[in-house]
Amino acid sequence: MKKIHDNPASALEGLLFDGMFIAAGGFGLCGIPELLIDAIRGAGTKDLTIASNNCGVDDFGLGVLLKTRQIKKMISSYVGENAEFMRQYLSGELELEFNPQGTLAERMRAGGAGIAGFYTKTGVGTVVAEGKETKAFNGETYVLETGIVADLSIVRHGRPTRPGISSSARRPATSIRRPPPAARSVSPKLRRLCRPAASIPITSTCRASTCIV
Amino acid sequence: MAWDRNQMEARAARELQDGTYVNLGIGPFPTEGEIDADLINAGKQTVTALPHSAFFDSAQSFAMIRGGKIAMAILGAMEVAENGDLANWMIPGKLVKGMGGAMDLVAGVKRVVVVMDHTNKAGESKVLKACTLPLTGQSVVDRIITNLGVLGVVDGGLKLVELAEGVTDSEIRSATEATIVN
Repeated sequence: MKKIHDNPASALEGLLFDGMFIAAGGFGLCGIPELLIDAIRGAGTKDLTIASNNCGVDDFGLGVLLKTRQIKKMISSYVGENAEFMRQYLSGELELEFNPQGTLAERMRAGGAGIAGFYTKTGVGTVVAEGKETKAFNGETYVLETGIVADLSIVRHGRPTRPGISSSARRPATSIRRPPPAARSVSPKLRRLCRPAASIPITSTCRASTCIV
Repeated sequence: MAWDRNQMEARAARELQDGTYVNLGIGPFPTEGEIDADLINAGKQTVTALPHSAFFDSAQSFAMIRGGKIAMAILGAMEVAENGDLANWMIPGKLVKGMGGAMDLVAGVKRVVVVMDHTNKAGESKVLKACTLPLTGQSVVDRIITNLGVLGVVDGGLKLVELAEGVTDSEIRSATEATIVN
């Protein structure tokens, strides 16, 4: 199986379908798989459920998929930077599930690690815990959250040095880097790496977007 | 008369103790030539990293926060209640942007210090008997620092810890809806 692709569309070939669940890494506009997002936009895949900390801005990042009405539901911790997001949400066109940032990060980590559910104190006594099971441990209440297992995880990564090996991004701290393990069919053999097809002027560096299946 | 923003921040800084881990920013803002679009803080501003900075991913970061490794978080608020309930992430119908990491922070860190104005733009108290806005956390706040002074959360209500410069006892009490026990 071809592991390294010259362009994002080629790397995504055969992986996209309407109604799929995608986990996307990054924080704000930092560390986001911008080239893969653009390829998904080009493919026109719709009714997407996407788990990602944020939803980009109106013209960049996941925001571009909102504009084309490809997103049905977002699972995010903060969506304040995106005016189109608010408009679609308030008009009922877009479903939104707020997850506390740490809960979202742990849901992705846990799902990828085969942990179906875990208990956390985060959100107990708030709207986040409504409708969810709770349990007492050592006299304190915790709420049950489930692991996220997506159909596809997309991550921005360092330039690959050779097939199967990719250099870590220098600044992993600014992104939720856990989406890779949360994809349903994770396997080192299926890892596909893209070389950058073009320079994106908005960032000072251009790095390969990694598609990990 | 009362503390300004800088004085409130200086008072909050006195809550820090040598050698502890706290949740704050990560470094000075960059000059034009130093900007790295991939290095941002929690507010999405570009920053620089000090030479001894450590990098780790979000799952690990929140593991530290939830696991009680962080001594203190300093946060703003819309409302704080006399039992320590905190509301600082949502105004239904007006501000629905999301909670980010606030809920994890208040659930996990050992000490929560709120820094905020004592009253809102309408002159109403933000220090209440009970929060009216959706909560960020239940009974999580330990200390409240406002332009009028410092209050601690204790059994049965709030304790007056310190008055701001030029503020009288009766002034802070009349601006506080919550029960002050001392």
